[in-house]
Amino acid sequence: MDMTGEYRIGAPRTEVWAALNDPAVLKACIPGCEELDKTSDTSFEAKVVQKIGPVKARFAGTVELANINAPESYTIQGEGNGGVAGFAKGAADVHLAENEDGSTTLSYEVHATVGGKLARLGSRLIDSTATKLATRFFEAFQAHLDPEAEAPRSDEDETDAAAGPSA
Amino acid sequence: MGTGIGARVKRKEDRRFITGKGKYTDDIRMENQAYAAFVRSPHAHAKVTGIDKSAALAMEGVIDVLDGHQLTGDGIGNLICGWAISSRDGSPMNMGAWSALATEKVRYVGDAVAVVIAESQALARQAAEMVEVSYEELPAAVFADKALQPGAPQVHDNAPGNLIFDWVIGEEEATEAALAGSAHVVDIDLTNNRLSPNPMEPRAAVATYDEAEDHYTLYTTSQNPHVARLVLSAFYQVAPEHKLRVIAPDVGGGFGSKIYIYPEEITCLWASMRTQRSVKWTGDRSEAFMTDAHGRDHISNVKLGFDADHRITGLKIETIANLGAYMSLFSSVTPTYLHATLYSGQYVIPHIFGNVKAVYTNTVPVDAYRGAGRPEACYMIERAMEVAARQLGVDPAELRRKNFINEFPYQTPVILTYDAGDFGGNLDKAMKAADVAGFAARKAEAAARGKLRGMGYSCYIEACGIAPSAAVGSLGSGVGLWESAEVRVNPVGTIEILTGSHSHGQGHETTFAQIVSDRFGVPMENVSIVHGDTDKVQFGMGTYGSRSGAVGMSAIVKAMDKIEAKVKKIAAHQLEASEDDIVIEGGEVKVKGTDRKLAWHEIGLAAYTAHNLPPDMEPGLKEGAFYDPSNFTFPAGCYIAEVEVDPDTGVTEIIQFTAADDFGTIINPMIVEGQVHGGVAQGIGQALLEQVVYDEDGQLITGSYMDYAMPRADDVPFYTIEHNTTVCPSNPLGIKGCGEAGAIGAPPAVINAITDAIGTDALSMPATPQKVWMALQSTASLQAAE
Repeated sequence: MDMTGEYRIGAPRTEVWAALNDPAVLKACIPGCEELDKTSDTSFEAKVVQKIGPVKARFAGTVELANINAPESYTIQGEGNGGVAGFAKGAADVHLAENEDGSTTLSYEVHATVGGKLARLGSRLIDSTATKLATRFFEAFQAHLDPEAEAPRSDEDETDAAAGPSA
Repeated sequence: MGTGIGARVKRKEDRRFITGKGKYTDDIRMENQAYAAFVRSPHAHAKVTGIDKSAALAMEGVIDVLDGHQLTGDGIGNLICGWAISSRDGSPMNMGAWSALATEKVRYVGDAVAVVIAESQALARQAAEMVEVSYEELPAAVFADKALQPGAPQVHDNAPGNLIFDWVIGEEEATEAALAGSAHVVDIDLTNNRLSPNPMEPRAAVATYDEAEDHYTLYTTSQNPHVARLVLSAFYQVAPEHKLRVIAPDVGGGFGSKIYIYPEEITCLWASMRTQRSVKWTGDRSEAFMTDAHGRDHISNVKLGFDADHRITGLKIETIANLGAYMSLFSSVTPTYLHATLYSGQYVIPHIFGNVKAVYTNTVPVDAYRGAGRPEACYMIERAMEVAARQLGVDPAELRRKNFINEFPYQTPVILTYDAGDFGGNLDKAMKAADVAGFAARKAEAAARGKLRGMGYSCYIEACGIAPSAAVGSLGSGVGLWESAEVRVNPVGTIEILTGSHSHGQGHETTFAQIVSDRFGVPMENVSIVHGDTDKVQFGMGTYGSRSGAVGMSAIVKAMDKIEAKVKKIAAHQLEASEDDIVIEGGEVKVKGTDRKLAWHEIGLAAYTAHNLPPDMEPGLKEGAFYDPSNFTFPAGCYIAEVEVDPDTGVTEIIQFTAADDFGTIINPMIVEGQVHGGVAQGIGQALLEQVVYDEDGQLITGSYMDYAMPRADDVPFYTIEHNTTVCPSNPLGIKGCGEAGAIGAPPAVINAITDAIGTDALSMPATPQKVWMALQSTASLQAAE
């Protein structure tokens, strides 16, 4: 599954870059993130609760930062094991461009795969769920750095309605 | 109405099924019973680098967590394929090792790695989630054609290029020459979609080890408990046969998927010894989708040649068959001898050549599923005939009729000898019942409503009643395919029939009793059918390949012949008459032409009291027989589907489905019609709806009924069913078999009808509304371009 997106953030690029590397900010913005602990300069351990279709699971996994080209771009890649729920892994190439007005344009390209029960039972919902999760992350991220930005549209109600009972 | 052969007797077993009183494997409760849950791979292909059981073992109520190293350490053998197929160069098939619990590598999503034994089912499943397996992921080979390409990931080291065998049948050079000299050659690529078997009852097992007797008992969802015991004993080394009892109680459907012996049953038996507890496992629907052997999954090219007079000159078929990650019990014979031997269809084809490449992939094993190889053969031949008629601009029924085999016995170029049939008669009956003459008017009327109406034929033939043991032995079978029966007449005259066939929906308790009632005139309620228990029935080969009538009933007939002979001797002695003058009629044993007679129960009593038997006669009235057929049987028929396609949505509606079948002698027409209804529904499911999908990484994404579409009531029409009987000369009752015909004959009829309606042959199964709509758009754009 592949997704792309772009956000305009009313903050200078260096500030955006610093936030992208701050575990506290990432934890606050990653939907369902319960723990995010730095294990080295470029790696984290994470616990995330997610519900995709009929499957609800707590994913334990690692997050790595790679291809670091400060303050312009990096690849954030992660993989999580949700026990019997299966696994999910993915990578996002994140790129920051400076705008003339001092704001920053964040663009991303995500490639993600899922396996096990998630693939078996939730496959038809994965694209829409992943798009919503990405939207929620970047909107939260944008709101953190640029509280003046237009209030993001929330998909939360819709997500829960589509999610169905947990497994 | 009577209860003999040909009577529409209501099924004896239905009272308990309909009232919820059937006794299935999951209904079995043993003393001291524990529960198994399997830890399964979420990866299609990976090395197992470690298993951490500590968290699971620490849970209260968890009895043990067992893995593949312990299993092989205890001497449990690998699962095997029971039919040896050789490649064209003479080399044996490349069978990779399959351990019931994976040790070094997992090869499909769902491959079992460990088993948790716990005090409750919920606890076992919870603990299975706590077992942490470390994997090193490997790239997966998922699609059969790609798995054969150079550089594809290797599923088994001993199958280079993932090739299991490269098998041929028929004459290659002569066929090539015939095609080269043909006036017209149809050349089409066809895919036979991968299916999930979906029996209503998922697989289950309850295993008990009795330490005092060093004896095992296994209750399991099997179509062939004796074969299960043989394989569990001889190959998996669980226990010798006399120390292992296998019981298949009521079984809720199989469709082939319960022929095989799976890792779960083996593991439960072994775990019951390891834990000294009865171990029960009941699969859920997710496990059924993930681990029950799938069906079909062929990719083929068909070349069918015709001379200027539209007579067939030759047929060449090349097929890639996906066998999944391991070779299941009959996976090798399904795409070879159960498949390519039917390439001649109902037609005189002077030269035939077939080549089947069987391939390993990182998907669940593929094996026989209702029809087993014959649906794949029938689909190719009947699609090719329809396409030929369209390309040659002739009527599809007449093209078939022109090429029908009309003289029997007929030796095909692909091993089989058809013994009897009336293909033209089947076609005539179907065409009349389907009102083919009125089709043009119906098509015009549909067009006025904006609908595209189409009609498609399928003249199928299949081979059932497998089969002469010597013949299958010479083709590589590891077993003989006879059947056994025992007839026990009790002192009160009631009769028990012990059979090696197994009923899991076929209605044996009714039809088998009917042939006894027919023969001896005893009421149906005085006959009971005993099956499915290796301690009661000495041996049997089980039920698959529509063999229970042709082979199983024939064994009963043979045993009844012996009973009849002894009954006549007893009666002749007591009535002071000649044996030749004794007749059995209406539950009485009479001296022909006199009023001297004995009631049936008086004979039973005489046999067991033994007060007045002929000199040297042994007491008792019990006879057994083994019946080995002299040939396959050849059910055949003509199916006509009439459909309407909505060009705006691509939705296909089956308006009418006509079946004219030749099943030989019919014991119970109601049950036979039920088999046709079910088989055709499954065939329509394959044609319109069903498709197992794995993604590129080998993840099963049709793992529930949300994503795997089974036919529902409104997807199938009311059927018109006709019979055109030619008696089978190869068994005493003249039976051919009816269990699979519908699933074999229906798919090409439906696709031929849809392609007739939409005007293009570029359509694959399942013909979903999206695919049909897309095909219509490409036809429309082609027409616009012209």
